[in-house]
Amino acid sequence: MRTTLKTIDYAVLQQCMHCGMCLPTCPTYDATGRERNSPRGRISLMRAIADGDLEVTTTFADEMSYCLGCLACQTACPAGVNYAVLFETARSDIQAANVDTSAKRRFWRALTLRFLFMRPSALHAAGRLLRLYQATGLEALARRTGLTRLLPPDLRRLEPQAPAVAARFSAALVAAHERPAGPVRARVALLTGCIQDLVFPDINRDTADVLLANGCEVDTPRDQPCCGSLHAHNGEIDMARTLARRLIDLIPPESYDAIVSNAGGCGSHLRHYGSLLADDPAYAVRARLWDQKLRDIQEWLVDLGCRQPAAAPFDAPTSVTYHESCHLVHGQKISRQPRTLLRLLPGVTLSELPESSWCCGSAGIYTLTQPDQAEKLLKRKVGHIATTGAEIVATANPGCHLQIARGLNDAAAGVRVMHPVSLLAAAYRRETTTCAAASRPGSSSSPPP
Amino acid sequence: MPLTTATVDALAAIVGPERLLTQAEDLIPYSFDGTAALKQRPDAVVFPRRTAEVAECVRLAGTAGVPIVTRGSGTGLSGGSVPTAGSMVLCLVQMNAILDLDPRNLTLRAQPGAVTQRIDEAAARHGLFYPPDPGSMRISTIGGNVAENSGGLRGLKYGVTRDYVMGLEVVLPGGEIARFGNQCVKDVAGYSLKDLFVGSEGTLGIITEVLLKLVPRPAARRTMLALYDRIEDAAATVSAIVAAHIIPCTLEFLDRVTAICVEDYAHVGLPTDCEAVLLMETDGHPAVVADEAAQMEALARQHGARDVRSARDEAEALQLAAARRNAFSALARKRPTTILEDVTVPRSELATMVRFIADTAVSFNLQIGTFGHMGDGNLHPTFLADERDAGEMHRVHDALEAIVTRTLELGGTITGEHGVGLAKKPWLRQQMGDASLELMRQIKRTLDPRGLLNPGKIFD
Repeated sequence: MRTTLKTIDYAVLQQCMHCGMCLPTCPTYDATGRERNSPRGRISLMRAIADGDLEVTTTFADEMSYCLGCLACQTACPAGVNYAVLFETARSDIQAANVDTSAKRRFWRALTLRFLFMRPSALHAAGRLLRLYQATGLEALARRTGLTRLLPPDLRRLEPQAPAVAARFSAALVAAHERPAGPVRARVALLTGCIQDLVFPDINRDTADVLLANGCEVDTPRDQPCCGSLHAHNGEIDMARTLARRLIDLIPPESYDAIVSNAGGCGSHLRHYGSLLADDPAYAVRARLWDQKLRDIQEWLVDLGCRQPAAAPFDAPTSVTYHESCHLVHGQKISRQPRTLLRLLPGVTLSELPESSWCCGSAGIYTLTQPDQAEKLLKRKVGHIATTGAEIVATANPGCHLQIARGLNDAAAGVRVMHPVSLLAAAYRRETTTCAAASRPGSSSSPPP
Repeated sequence: MPLTTATVDALAAIVGPERLLTQAEDLIPYSFDGTAALKQRPDAVVFPRRTAEVAECVRLAGTAGVPIVTRGSGTGLSGGSVPTAGSMVLCLVQMNAILDLDPRNLTLRAQPGAVTQRIDEAAARHGLFYPPDPGSMRISTIGGNVAENSGGLRGLKYGVTRDYVMGLEVVLPGGEIARFGNQCVKDVAGYSLKDLFVGSEGTLGIITEVLLKLVPRPAARRTMLALYDRIEDAAATVSAIVAAHIIPCTLEFLDRVTAICVEDYAHVGLPTDCEAVLLMETDGHPAVVADEAAQMEALARQHGARDVRSARDEAEALQLAAARRNAFSALARKRPTTILEDVTVPRSELATMVRFIADTAVSFNLQIGTFGHMGDGNLHPTFLADERDAGEMHRVHDALEAIVTRTLELGGTITGEHGVGLAKKPWLRQQMGDASLELMRQIKRTLDPRGLLNPGKIFD
């Protein structure tokens, strides 16, 4: 049974006592100063729908599309409103009511949610195709000859934004089963993600290396399905449930001490399989166990007592700043741990980023569905990064990673984006000049530019 | 009577169509403020950018006979900016400029939509201080603060918003633009009309500019937490501190229920196993601060404090104060409906009042979380209930009657800092008496004979 705004426990809606404490933390309210674009405004519309005072209208669909789902309001809310649940229920109602008339949004939803992110093979095939286009010089040729001008305006704008797909995906870089050199402290499963797998497989290799360096035995099952985060976020709850079941089948939670995710957006969704599958008698119990085992890599390392690297990640002293992925800080309340890890690094100084927990505009497929607002947020973020003087922006979510890297590239800022775990991995690899880790397939220690 | 098309078109002509909202999805989010269980959809919302536009809107409303409800960020706690039926909301958040800071005269001029915290931040850049700090200061607007005469955590030593208003620009109900006050410390020319508008809750005019007094920023500050096993001991400590001629900047009280909720939200290390917590803060010259802090700690221990802790650093002190500011909203974690009261008694009666509230909760079988500004006698007993439970809501009403009656018997007031608005209206006559209430009505009729400015607020 699909939960709707009309059937949801009314107490969830009532929890909002419209005090307004969320307003200063909401990027869209900040942009417009209009209550409709604020968390409490959106909740008031949801409550009106629940009360029968308002239909699920196209305007409501527009509003819920404008919401980033960054969950900054949830951190700010003293009353403890579960906005994530309200947000997903509202988007699910919008899907069911079929009122989202934006052809653009429909196209991107169908392509991404229904096709690519339901099938690992389709996603990999698409990734290889894109890689072919980018690596063979076809891309350069198309741009030089002006062929890209033939694309529809949306695609034309996005074409240069398409992420550079890696030559080899995670399965080629990380073995299905890897054991640490020393005694085994814990047994973990590594989730490789979708975007992470296609675009940043090195981060998955780095994650495995850091886990091994901390005594974890690492299983990385092949052909992992998407976790369903994008689907739940965009109102496709049934698809999200299907994907959750597949993932639980592939990675039995009872077999591991921890199931580790290195992508903030995925992790935030992955920890809520319990409520997603609560009504499924075959999966409810294991889904709750899954939630208990699910850890963000940084949280897991700090809990485990991460070993301080004996070497610096780079030759020269390096200044790093940290951007908080919304779904890591607001969705998972993980804010201290990445900083703890970065402070462990010899030769690295951490300088705080102003508004570090303000959304960068990536927000799932927001750059596709709300390009203007996404661009404004990116500019704001890049401006703050520039004030820190940092050479590296550490961030732990592929969406943020791509978005900020693009923003920095456009600003010609000469600043690089890295996952905190990649910095740790680089440091461990440099501990001995003839380090075993360095001979592992695909691993590399890239110095700063 | 709904707004006519002609009026809507005329409004659009004044502010521009992009600053006018009339669609249901746009209006529903303007149906309420921060007050529980009060809701009314307006017919339109306009966002003027200049005083002249405000005046034009007021004149148009006068011609069309449309009620006007002025609003800032909508964080009020007495329903002061909840729309009335058929009204248009004049939302001033786009008039948010800090116009000028004069370090020679220690004044700041701002538009009404400027956020309270921004004003203090602007002052801080010049080593100056704007002390009034209502709980919602991160988003509340200065216009709303002046209209409600907001208080805050520092009222004990620094007073309330009124004490910082030196001048106002006000659009009167007929559309005239009037200015009151100036940068002079002394000014006794005529009636102090600015004071008529401070706390007038949008019923007499629309504040379009404020001139504020600033004070030097205190050089030092110490923040402490005193923990008690008995509520009365916390109250006795407050009395002892005042009797020792110490006026701390802050003496905040949280009962156990409130402390648990706040800690659950903010994780600042508030104890959750004691009956009362006092958040004490002294500021000023470093030597004075050190001396007062030592005396306050000693007095707290003498009056039964189980423990007295000092904030480690400025960051922890700020965290504690910020956590306290969210006390009201944090209480909403417990039950679906949170009804906040604002009763205030002379400080000598605090212990009596706090005990009475606790007893009332028991005798009416209700959950009440109490917190408040103990140093200035301003308490916030908060009913934790569910508006869907008619029986419980009935008991809430009866308990409220009892608390208000006791407050007035003790020489107190029904509202210390939230305003009367809609929520406290039923008890205003009981407090003021017929003659005072009638005088207020006469003033209202004189300024706004057609009753178009925020009708039905304060009194009918």
